[in-house]
Amino acid sequence: MPKVTIDDITIDVPEGTTILQAARMIGGEVVPPAMCYYSKLKTSGGYCRTCIVKVEQGSAKDPRPIPKPVASCRTNVMDGMVVRNITSPEVLEARAGVVEFLLINHPLDCPICDQAGECDLQDLSYGHGDEFSRYEFKRREFEKIDIGSKVQLHMTRCILCYRCVKVADQLTDGRVHGVINRGDVSEISTYIENVIENDFSGNVIDVCPVGALTDKTFRFKSRVWYTKPVDAHRDCKHCCGEVRLWYKGDEVLRVTTRRDQFGEVKDTTTGKPGWICNECRFDKKETKDWIIEGLAHINPHSVISANHYESLKALKATVSRQLKAAPHGTKVTLGNGALDPNNQPGTQK
Amino acid sequence: MGRKILLDHDNIPGIQSLNVYREKGGYRALEKVLKTMTPEQIVEEVKTSGLRGRGGAGFPTGMKWSFLAKPEGVPRYLVCNADESEPGTFKDRYLMERIPHLLIEGMVASAFALGARTSYIYIRGEYFYIAQILEKALEEAYEAGLLGKNIFNSGFDHDCYVQVGAGAYICGEETALLESLEGKRGNPRIKPPFPAVAGLYGCPTVVNNVETIAAVVPIINMGGAAYAAIGIGRSTGTKLISASGHINKPGVYEIELGLPVEEFIFSDEYCGGIRNGKKMKAVVAGGSSVPVLPTDLILKTAAGEPRLMSYESLADGGFATGTMLGSGGFIVMDEDTSIVKNLWTFSRFYHHESCGQCSPCREGTGWMEKILHNFIVGHAKMKDIDLLWDIQKNIEGKTICPLGDAAAWPVASAIRHFRKEFEEYVNNPGSIRDVKHYYRINNLAEA
Repeated sequence: MPKVTIDDITIDVPEGTTILQAARMIGGEVVPPAMCYYSKLKTSGGYCRTCIVKVEQGSAKDPRPIPKPVASCRTNVMDGMVVRNITSPEVLEARAGVVEFLLINHPLDCPICDQAGECDLQDLSYGHGDEFSRYEFKRREFEKIDIGSKVQLHMTRCILCYRCVKVADQLTDGRVHGVINRGDVSEISTYIENVIENDFSGNVIDVCPVGALTDKTFRFKSRVWYTKPVDAHRDCKHCCGEVRLWYKGDEVLRVTTRRDQFGEVKDTTTGKPGWICNECRFDKKETKDWIIEGLAHINPHSVISANHYESLKALKATVSRQLKAAPHGTKVTLGNGALDPNNQPGTQK
Repeated sequence: MGRKILLDHDNIPGIQSLNVYREKGGYRALEKVLKTMTPEQIVEEVKTSGLRGRGGAGFPTGMKWSFLAKPEGVPRYLVCNADESEPGTFKDRYLMERIPHLLIEGMVASAFALGARTSYIYIRGEYFYIAQILEKALEEAYEAGLLGKNIFNSGFDHDCYVQVGAGAYICGEETALLESLEGKRGNPRIKPPFPAVAGLYGCPTVVNNVETIAAVVPIINMGGAAYAAIGIGRSTGTKLISASGHINKPGVYEIELGLPVEEFIFSDEYCGGIRNGKKMKAVVAGGSSVPVLPTDLILKTAAGEPRLMSYESLADGGFATGTMLGSGGFIVMDEDTSIVKNLWTFSRFYHHESCGQCSPCREGTGWMEKILHNFIVGHAKMKDIDLLWDIQKNIEGKTICPLGDAAAWPVASAIRHFRKEFEEYVNNPGSIRDVKHYYRINNLAEA
């Protein structure tokens, strides 16, 4: 089994593991943020560049460093590889640059965005970004498009992670949605307003890291942090039927997949990714439709839901300490039990 | 007079046709390869020759060929990259237009060395008329039995196809080219796997530039060792240079690598000096993406040695004082040229051509273009120079494919060597010709 060292922590991982997966096995602050990588979707990742890390030593056999930062989500570990993520000011600086790029054309309309509170981009920009933007030009804008009767696409917020394209490709048949145009005007589109109408199309909402794809049955109903998550299941002939209901009072406001600690869809009891069908997601909004399992132990990983930025403070502090750190290459240890997987940002105790 | 081995017959009337080409010794290399050599011998010969990829990166061709995976029962492909889109580069166009059979001969010989039964020439959409020339040449070659089944009775079958792209710069990147060839959106793939392992249709593939493949023909004719004797150090053989800009004689020149840059620019045999008796200001030595160098640094290295046209000498001093040979797009600028305006043009190109797949390039190229536009219209502030520097630094090396680097390097080098000019644009925009010119045009348009 290859042995890989990430931020001075060594771990044995199975053959074919990517650096990001290895870092997730360690957990804590050494996990690079990922906006486009989604472990349940094949060929995802590599686009957003937020997960870039520095490889100080390629492998035990060939100890040369990799000259450029690599996308940790798409780079397999080699035996004896030495990787630096949060202990390298160089990486953090580069990542801050990527965050700036992702935000220059983002509308920053969090106050009216349904994703706020569970948005990966919010977390990322809080943890790794700057408080102000140096961008002084008009931001990119698109018209809102309905894709299908239940999903709305607001391209203005999109960061082009391609996750929804992969969902459409890999979960549903007859893909009618993809990317058109190129460069900074490329957009996710159901070319000429084709609609996506198939049983699993709703999953594009769950994989979207920002508020570009939203549930039309939930839009503007409530801020997510005012809703109460409850795990429930039903016998569904299309999907696993294992879902999370979001209550406000006695009313089910929305139904989503269950998420794991990295914001990805959780595996079901049978070990398969728990994608859910549109019937469960959009049509079953009564408590009587479901068998309730109990309050969900969610990982309120987002800046807002996690009680006034508390959870990301530790990460933010580490990042700024690192960036201020003395000459490049200085080793800075991670204090405060930050590496304890139980003490991850946002884990509810 | 430098030796010509690629373009030695380029001016012979009718060389485009098979008959004239064969009269001048064409397809002799192919005959030699198929009748007397084994694939391994050819790869060895190419390795001995020291031939390096002529598309820009300069990777040793023989080495690239030997990396090709050879699993049983899986076809292998040879793809010729004729998507020559780098601004300032037009050597492949000249070569294919003048001597199409040289490329085809090189393709079949290389394909034999690699064991590829099928090869593709991926040509950019703008070169549609050249695609027609190539199609015609292919037809002639098929008729003469130089392509198809059992070539020269050797039992080797080969088919070659021309595929026209839709005119995207990004499709010159090898993995984007393969995607496009497969009929998909031309987005670069994430490497690894490299094309040598999983390329076209998931099969092992070699992608080579037109000039590289054409150079295989003289290497076989004269032998690898004789080819390696030309040139200097690890830069062996000859290179086609597309010279353009403010020189007396723009055009495509075949030079022996190691020719002094000064001689190339000022001798009558090549560029013939700066036109209208002006002084030279700067040179972009290898296509728009390589760093621009001011006169003193292009003629002499930082150590004071004369700079030569070779991979090593041009790169001497790293990016601080050096540049790259790149694809050989040699753009000379005279003293009247505005570096800032020129940079804006380059930036506009990269902004337009970014595929939009990864964030730094998608967002950064547009941002840089907008800031540079502010310089041209006289709205820039002093802090914008540092901002540009930061943006290019955040793009370089952070992207999937080298387009990000290509967009960042010209900006970095322009600021590094010509910062004063940027400051001039900020300090007195009213006196700058480009700013006046810009408003004159806009006012005319409004009136």
